[in-house]
Amino acid sequence: MNGFFAAVLDPAIPFMRNALAGSLLASVLFGILGALVTVRRIAGLAGAISHTVLGGIGLALFAASRGGPAWLSPMAGAFIFAVGAAIIIGFVSLKAKQREDTVINALWAIGMSLGVVFLAKTPGYADPMSYLFGNILLVTDKDLVLLAGLDVLVILLVLRYYRHIEAASFDEEFAATKGVPVIAVSLVLLVVIAVSIVLLQTFVGIVMVIAMLTLPAGTAGYYARNLASMMVQGVFLSIVFSVSGLALSWSGDLPAGAVIVLIAGAVFLAFSGKRILTERFRKRAQKGAGI
Amino acid sequence: MQTAIVGEKPQSDANTMVLPHRPEEVAVWCRQLGFRYREAEVFDNVSFHVHKGEFVALTGKNGAGKSTLLKLIVGLLEPTRGTVLVFGAPPRKRTETIGYVPQHLGFDASFPIRVEEVVGMGRLFGLAPIARREKEKEIEWALQQAEVLDLRDRPFAALSGGQRRRVLIARALVGHPKLLVLDEPTANMDIESERKFNQVMARIKGTTTVLIATHDSDFVSALADTVLCVGQNREEPHQVHRHALEPASDAPEELYGGKMVRVRHDIELPDDACCREESK
Repeated sequence: MNGFFAAVLDPAIPFMRNALAGSLLASVLFGILGALVTVRRIAGLAGAISHTVLGGIGLALFAASRGGPAWLSPMAGAFIFAVGAAIIIGFVSLKAKQREDTVINALWAIGMSLGVVFLAKTPGYADPMSYLFGNILLVTDKDLVLLAGLDVLVILLVLRYYRHIEAASFDEEFAATKGVPVIAVSLVLLVVIAVSIVLLQTFVGIVMVIAMLTLPAGTAGYYARNLASMMVQGVFLSIVFSVSGLALSWSGDLPAGAVIVLIAGAVFLAFSGKRILTERFRKRAQKGAGI
Repeated sequence: MQTAIVGEKPQSDANTMVLPHRPEEVAVWCRQLGFRYREAEVFDNVSFHVHKGEFVALTGKNGAGKSTLLKLIVGLLEPTRGTVLVFGAPPRKRTETIGYVPQHLGFDASFPIRVEEVVGMGRLFGLAPIARREKEKEIEWALQQAEVLDLRDRPFAALSGGQRRRVLIARALVGHPKLLVLDEPTANMDIESERKFNQVMARIKGTTTVLIATHDSDFVSALADTVLCVGQNREEPHQVHRHALEPASDAPEELYGGKMVRVRHDIELPDDACCREESK
C-alpha cells in the first residue's frame, strides 16, 4: 500500500497521479449522476447508452483505417453514438412507454454488435477488451480537463435546479402541473449521462461504468435521508472505492477498473445483506412480541 | 379563427350560454369539451362551470373518466376539442393557482425523501428558483393545515397510506392554490384517516375552490355545494351532468367519517342552476 502512495508522489510516474486525479473527478459524476440513475430507475437505459459506445468507437477506428475523416476520433464516434442512443431512448419513453424496454435492449445489443463487427474488419490489432474494461492508467491530461469541465457543469446544474430535478424524479405528473418542464429535464439528464459515460468509460470501461453509476449510489441509498445526501455520500463512497481499488490494484498487480468495481460490489452486497437481515429480525421480533 | 369555426356549428343552449360573470370569477369553465384516448371516446361536448369558492364533488363509476376530467382541468391532458379555462385562462397558464392531489402516486419506496421535501414541491413554479425563508413558513403552514406537522422530518416511505395522502394535500396547499383538485383522496383510507381528511377539507372550504372526485356515486360529503356526475347517464355516457343533492339520514357519520348528502341522479339540473340561485 505504501508503494501506491510513493508511486502517486513519484514525479517519474505521472500516470499514477493522473489515475488518482481521474478517479477523484470521476467520483463526482458517479455520485451525483448515479443517485439520479438510481432514483429514476434508468440503470438499464444507462447500460444501453454505454454499450452503444462500442459501436461508435468501432466505427471511428474502422473509418480511420479506411482513410476516413480526421475529426472522427474514437471519442467523437463514442460521443455521437451515446448521445444518439440517449435521444432515441428519450423519445421512445415519451411516445411509446410500453416499447421502452425492447428499445433499450435492442440498442444495447445492436451497439455492441456493430462495435465487434467494425473492430473485426479494422486492420491491425484493435482489442475490444480495453474498451470494455478500460484502463485507468492511460488517462491523459486532456481527459482530466474534459472531466473537470463536466464536473463543474453537472454541479452547477444540480445546484441551480435541484428542487426541480427532485420533483420531476419523484412525481413527474405533479411536477408537470407546477409548470416544471419534465420532458426537458429528462432529456437533458439523459444527454448529460451519455456525455459522462463517454468520458468515464476511459477510466473503468464500458461495462463497468454502469457498475459505478449504480453501486455507490445504491449503497448510499440504504441510509441517505434525501436525494442530496444520496448524491454527496455516493461521491464519498466512489472516492473510497476508486482510491482503495487503485491502491490494491497497484500493490497486487491487478486490473484497476475490475478491482474498483469488485470493492464497490462487495460493499453494496454487504449493505444489502445487512438490510435483509435486519428486516427479518425486526419482523421476527414483532411476531414474537405479538404472541 | 377558432370562434368562426365554432360559430358554424349548431349548438345547444348550454354551449352557447354566456355566464353572467367575468371569466376570472369562474374557477373552472369547460366549453364543448371533447377528449379521446386513441380509439376510446371519453368526453363529447361537455360543458359546465364551477364558481370561485364552490365545493364540487365529482362522482362516477370506475373508468367513467373522472381522473381524465381532472387531468384536463389541471392541464396534464390537452382536450381533443373545446376548451378548459381556469380563472379565465388555459390551465397551463395557471400553474400557480392550481393545487393537484393525484389519485395514485407511482411512488417508489426506495426514493430517499422526507415529508418536508415532498411538501416543498408544491412551491415550484416552472424553473424559477425558490426563496428559502418564505418557503419554510409556507411549508409549516401547509403541514399544519393538513394535520401532518408532526411528520415533518419523517421519511415519506415510512408513513401509512392515510398519512401519505394528507402529506400530498399539504403539498397541494403549500402554494395557496385558488383551485384545489383532488382525485379520490379517500380511496382505501381507514375511517379515522377519512374523518381527519374531512376535517381538513371543512377548514379549507370557502377559502379555495375545491373539486374532489369520489367513487361513491350515491353519497357525497355534506361539504359539497354541487355534484357533477361523469358518465352516469347510460344514453349519454360521454357527458357530465349536474345532479341535485338532498340531506341523507341513512348515511351514518361514523361509517363515512363525516356528514353526507344523497345524490339524486334522477333530478338533473341545468348548468346555470348555480347562477340562477345566486341571482334570486
